[in-house]
Amino acid sequence: MEESKRRHTREGFADALLELGERDPRVVVLDADLAKSTQTYRFKERFPERFFDCGVAEQNMMGTAAGLATTGKIVFVSTFAVFASGRAFDQVRNTICYSNLNVKICPSHGGITVGEDGSSHQSIEDIALMRVLPNMKVIVPADYYETREATKTAAYLEGPVYIRMGRVKAPSIFDEDFRFQFGKARVLREGKDISIFSCGLMTWEALQAAEMLEKVGIEAEVVHLSTVKPLDREGILRSVAKTDLVITAEEHSIIGGLGGALAELLAEEMPVRMRRIGVRNKFGTSGSSEELLEHFKLTSHHISKAAQELIGLKGTR
Amino acid sequence: MKTRAQDKEGVSLPEVERELKLRSRLEEIAKGIRWDVVKMIGLAGSGHPGGSLSCVDLLVCLYFYKMRHRPTEPFWPDRDRFVLSKGHAAPALYAVLAKAGYFHREELWKLRRLGAMLQGHPDSKVVPGVEISTGSLGQGLAAANGMALGLRLDGRDSRVYCVIGDGESQEGEIWEAAMLASHYKLGNLTVLLDNNGLQIDGRCSEVMCLGDIAMKWRSFGWEVQEIDGHDVVEICQALDRADEASRPGMIIAHTIKGKGVSFMENAVDFHGKAPTREEMEQALREIEES
Repeated sequence: MEESKRRHTREGFADALLELGERDPRVVVLDADLAKSTQTYRFKERFPERFFDCGVAEQNMMGTAAGLATTGKIVFVSTFAVFASGRAFDQVRNTICYSNLNVKICPSHGGITVGEDGSSHQSIEDIALMRVLPNMKVIVPADYYETREATKTAAYLEGPVYIRMGRVKAPSIFDEDFRFQFGKARVLREGKDISIFSCGLMTWEALQAAEMLEKVGIEAEVVHLSTVKPLDREGILRSVAKTDLVITAEEHSIIGGLGGALAELLAEEMPVRMRRIGVRNKFGTSGSSEELLEHFKLTSHHISKAAQELIGLKGTR
Repeated sequence: MKTRAQDKEGVSLPEVERELKLRSRLEEIAKGIRWDVVKMIGLAGSGHPGGSLSCVDLLVCLYFYKMRHRPTEPFWPDRDRFVLSKGHAAPALYAVLAKAGYFHREELWKLRRLGAMLQGHPDSKVVPGVEISTGSLGQGLAAANGMALGLRLDGRDSRVYCVIGDGESQEGEIWEAAMLASHYKLGNLTVLLDNNGLQIDGRCSEVMCLGDIAMKWRSFGWEVQEIDGHDVVEICQALDRADEASRPGMIIAHTIKGKGVSFMENAVDFHGKAPTREEMEQALREIEES
């Protein structure tokens, strides 16, 4: 894909914040000394009175966000995903989710493609951590357009929402006319042989994998599941009923994230063979984002390989 | 300049007669609240009597003297806000809210039971008058900061009050919040420290010494006052003085854990242990006779 079609998801977030800030005076934004990285500085420049830098203190930021929400504000909070979900987990749990407050936690730097900063900054547990909390909704958008639209939608969903963005530019899958549907699985490519469920940056890899599979005569269905919670039960089961084989692909641990969520649903409702593409119970490491995707076996090639293995097992038990 | 206290009472604070009236009114209420606290924890068979009893006078002065609020309209936009950061003192807050008329007093006797409105720690989704859920220590002050920022953004003159504990002050988030309130000059925020000196494992000074607590808050840029946390008139005066500051206010209230029940006073064991039936009866008698 040419460079011009790759854009930062956090740019979409910042564009949405400006639009929201313009039309709704209730929108306020908090950051923890990462406004330049997360792009919230653009909101700060336009609406300085409604932006609060909380310094390097994520726990207090989450509590402050909760307090602002009790006064009727729609509060967006940003930092890096590893801090939003991990560092301040108890605050998100007890002060935001338990009280079901309108705090939208929208971190950048989710996943392994954080790159050279290494493991301390690579968030590969956040989907699991946020998904387990009652009242929390979890969205992992694929590109600039989806992030922008999801952010605008999240502002008016009741209660807390977690929107996970990445560091690197994401290939554009959607376009200017994209309409986000919260809680809906989106079939991006139809197929009858195997279902590939993916979120975030990995949806691009899934689409590439489907192209590879087509060349060897396999029709893969690619289902983009940007809403990881609540899961679109009907949408998922519809696809799985057709293909009977499932691959999940996410820039996250295979434990507790999209793969975990699908495994929970399918084990109860429609047990089928599945493979989870993700980081396999390991910490990250420094490297370029491309190198890391390859190192942790997250690229389209690995998805395609796993699909072929699963299809080879069809009919066996 | 007229303080809001004067608006309510019609005369200025230092007048002796008014002070006496105020003292007797608030002390009478506090006595009733202590009775309810002991009774509800005794009936529940679990809970935190020590830290509930130590902050009763602070809560009574807030709800029955200082705060602008409407018990029949808990979401009145111009109300003052209160956050009980030391959420385990919930019984004191519940008893005060019931007395003020937020809900029926009968609810108190169902504390901590399955299906009860009154959870072990405050749940804002179900209890009228509870602004935000607390219980995990160190988190309420941050929420109070957010409320103070939000009210200021809206141009309201409502104030935000928050009670924190001394043991709780060992949480790092308290100091993160202390910085933010000072940085954003939250003059509409007053915090009361229930400085009872004890925590679950023993004396705060032995478990994890807080050092010079007044100096700490001063150095964080707060307007600090130190008072006797069981003298209702002193509490009211300190609350009124805090209105005038352009910085966040810290009232260090020196209190006695278990205050009002002889065998609970300064007794570490009664941090998180309910009285037995006999102890409850004795405690109730003591309070009645006080």
